[in-house]
Amino acid sequence: MKRLVVYRIAVVAGLIALLEVLCLAGVIDKITMQAPHLIARDLWRLLASGKMNGAIAKTLGNTLLALLFAVGAGVIAGALLHRRRALRDTLDPLFATYYAVPVFAFYPFFIVVFGLGDLPQILIAFMLGVVAMIVNTLNGLDRVPTVLLKTARILRLGPVDTALSVTLPSAGPYLLTGVKLAVAYAFIGIIGSEFILSRGGIGYEINFAYTNFDNATMYPLIVLILLASIAINTVLSRWERTLLARRGAR
Amino acid sequence: MTPQVTLAGVGKTFPAGRVTPALHALGPLDLALRQGEFFAVVGPSGCGKSTLLEIIAGLARPTTGTASFEGQPIVDEAPDGIGVVFQEDASLPWLDVAGNVAFGLRRSGLPQAERDRRVRDVLKLVGLADFANTYPAQLSGGMRQRVCIARTLVMQPRLILLDEPFGALDQQTRLLMGDELLRMWRETRATVFLITHALDEATMLADRIGVMSARPGRLIDVVETGWPRERDSRIVEDPGFGVITARLWKSLREESLKTIGRTMPRGDGDA
Amino acid sequence: MSRTHGGRNALVLVAALFAFWQVVYWIVGDTALSSPLDTLAYTAKLVASENFGMHLFDTMRAFAIAFALSVAIGLAVGFWLGFDRLSGDVLEPMIVTVYAIPKLTLYPILLLAFGLGLSAKVAFGVLHGVIPIILFTLAAVRSTKPILLKTGHIMKLSRLQMIRWILFPAAVPEIFTGLRVGFSLTLIGSLLAEMFASQRGLGYLLMTGIGLHNIEQVMAVTLLIVVFAAAVSTILLQIDRRLHRNARNL
Repeated sequence: MKRLVVYRIAVVAGLIALLEVLCLAGVIDKITMQAPHLIARDLWRLLASGKMNGAIAKTLGNTLLALLFAVGAGVIAGALLHRRRALRDTLDPLFATYYAVPVFAFYPFFIVVFGLGDLPQILIAFMLGVVAMIVNTLNGLDRVPTVLLKTARILRLGPVDTALSVTLPSAGPYLLTGVKLAVAYAFIGIIGSEFILSRGGIGYEINFAYTNFDNATMYPLIVLILLASIAINTVLSRWERTLLARRGAR
Repeated sequence: MTPQVTLAGVGKTFPAGRVTPALHALGPLDLALRQGEFFAVVGPSGCGKSTLLEIIAGLARPTTGTASFEGQPIVDEAPDGIGVVFQEDASLPWLDVAGNVAFGLRRSGLPQAERDRRVRDVLKLVGLADFANTYPAQLSGGMRQRVCIARTLVMQPRLILLDEPFGALDQQTRLLMGDELLRMWRETRATVFLITHALDEATMLADRIGVMSARPGRLIDVVETGWPRERDSRIVEDPGFGVITARLWKSLREESLKTIGRTMPRGDGDA
Repeated sequence: MSRTHGGRNALVLVAALFAFWQVVYWIVGDTALSSPLDTLAYTAKLVASENFGMHLFDTMRAFAIAFALSVAIGLAVGFWLGFDRLSGDVLEPMIVTVYAIPKLTLYPILLLAFGLGLSAKVAFGVLHGVIPIILFTLAAVRSTKPILLKTGHIMKLSRLQMIRWILFPAAVPEIFTGLRVGFSLTLIGSLLAEMFASQRGLGYLLMTGIGLHNIEQVMAVTLLIVVFAAAVSTILLQIDRRLHRNARNL
């Protein structure tokens, strides 16, 4: 396993090295992009100056908010739908085609209704994340082995106790998959909305830097976003893998 | 002596669904289980054996007749004092072996020290004391079933129901698990109700064996084995073993053929 | 779920969505929202207007090119990673991580590299759509049953013949799912790009609608996009299910 990690680092390092060479050789001109080592330097300066702290806080705060709503509403909706077969079947086509629809197309509409504040962004991020959470919650609940539920009845566990001590741990890994997706979607929703039209936040700053030909700010910010989303995704994937490893095939 | 479990005229018909017709799955049948005996049930597939077990466990309600445990009628909730081991693996994958067994004491209201003691004792009884902190995913199928048996025994049930518990195991493991089951039966003095499709297993383990007909399942024969309490798998050497197994198969063969959908061939020559 | 149930469910769902829309309109009013009927009327007018054809053509052209490229690159890379064990093991998790990155933040880089116009739209569309195609194709190749490979060897097929006669047909259902998801994502990608990088196309109409506070235009274009995406996605989904069902019956 470790050998693969080494190879991956080599691939990434190789790509960065390639970019460095192309930039220094002038194949990629300075207007398009500055050399990677300069981007790293600019990023360091940016973070040290604290100029972006407000934007970072805003973006992360809104993402967290949207995530909490998406996960909370998603799990509750999933649990309710799981018991109502008819309603679930009716909504099934919606879930199946949901991610084919450009949800961002609703962003202008939200701005018109709610004004240009944080709410439209949070709504978009929520809309993106909630269906992933619902679908994975349903999947997790479907996969709770019937024999475990029978065991809970034999042991005379009440409905709440069964839900918390049997259903929830059993569906856990699938719920985590849903959370992982919801995190990615919430991030995409907030930053994308900020980029399109916003009054602040990292997405807004990237757009602003772009329009002002400020590569020294723009590229570091982009790299920052990339690193953040990669880090979060890696942590959650690691956790998911640990949960599954302990359980073996199940 | 009053029987521990009484079934009188018990039957079960599953109501018609959207596309399926109504299904008369079981009965009517009468059955009385004596306290402390080992009772096995054999029958062709689909004859309602599992339904019968679920009715005794309180997991299903009979559509006709009455079922009672220790004089109390069995309603929807699993009566206190009954433990069940299912055919499928019911171990909780997110808990280790000790955690799984302790899970059985969730509703017991016992103090923690007493719970720990019982868990330790039961793990020793089933032979899993060295695996207390292992996770079910790391155990073999037979060991996982032992975890489920341990979780059942830790509640000190007076009646233990087992639905083809060794169905997923290979033959040798089954025979050894049978010995284990007999040992646990003797030590706990509980009544054991075992469903199995293996005739040799039933004959080897039970005091009495009920033979069920094809669906809808009725009891067509009850065979007394008369074995001593101190027995194990070597009972196969007893001349009575072959006689009993033959008798079971004689009743069962015709029922099994019905299930597969053919009638008895002519001129087969019953002895 | 039978065919009739599926169709009926979808109709009920669409009717419910329209009803929901109407109710929200009654609550929110004319300044923020356009009623279903008004929107449909405006849509009809829009579609009939002289410039609409040009905008539609622009969007469709960018999307078609992007999708063709996504499929070509996606299949090629997917097959390569599927066959070459080492490359697949090293690169697959990295590609999965790229999936989770908010790709909208990479947009300024693409604009700088490709300039405004068709190339940027295509690039963005490809960036979105190629990833699921790669991942699904990779998985399809990897999960080919060994018995099929053994049969091919015994029949002394060359590598190319193996692919043509055994591997490709067996992998079709899984690959198709990748194409379906790739279709949706390519559309989303090129539409998003259009919202900034272009003076033409449906995405551009959307943005001008916001700018001019022309609510009916915003909603009409959104409606068109949503209907198109949902309709095509549903058709592809039916084909997908049919392919998987047939594969399971083998």
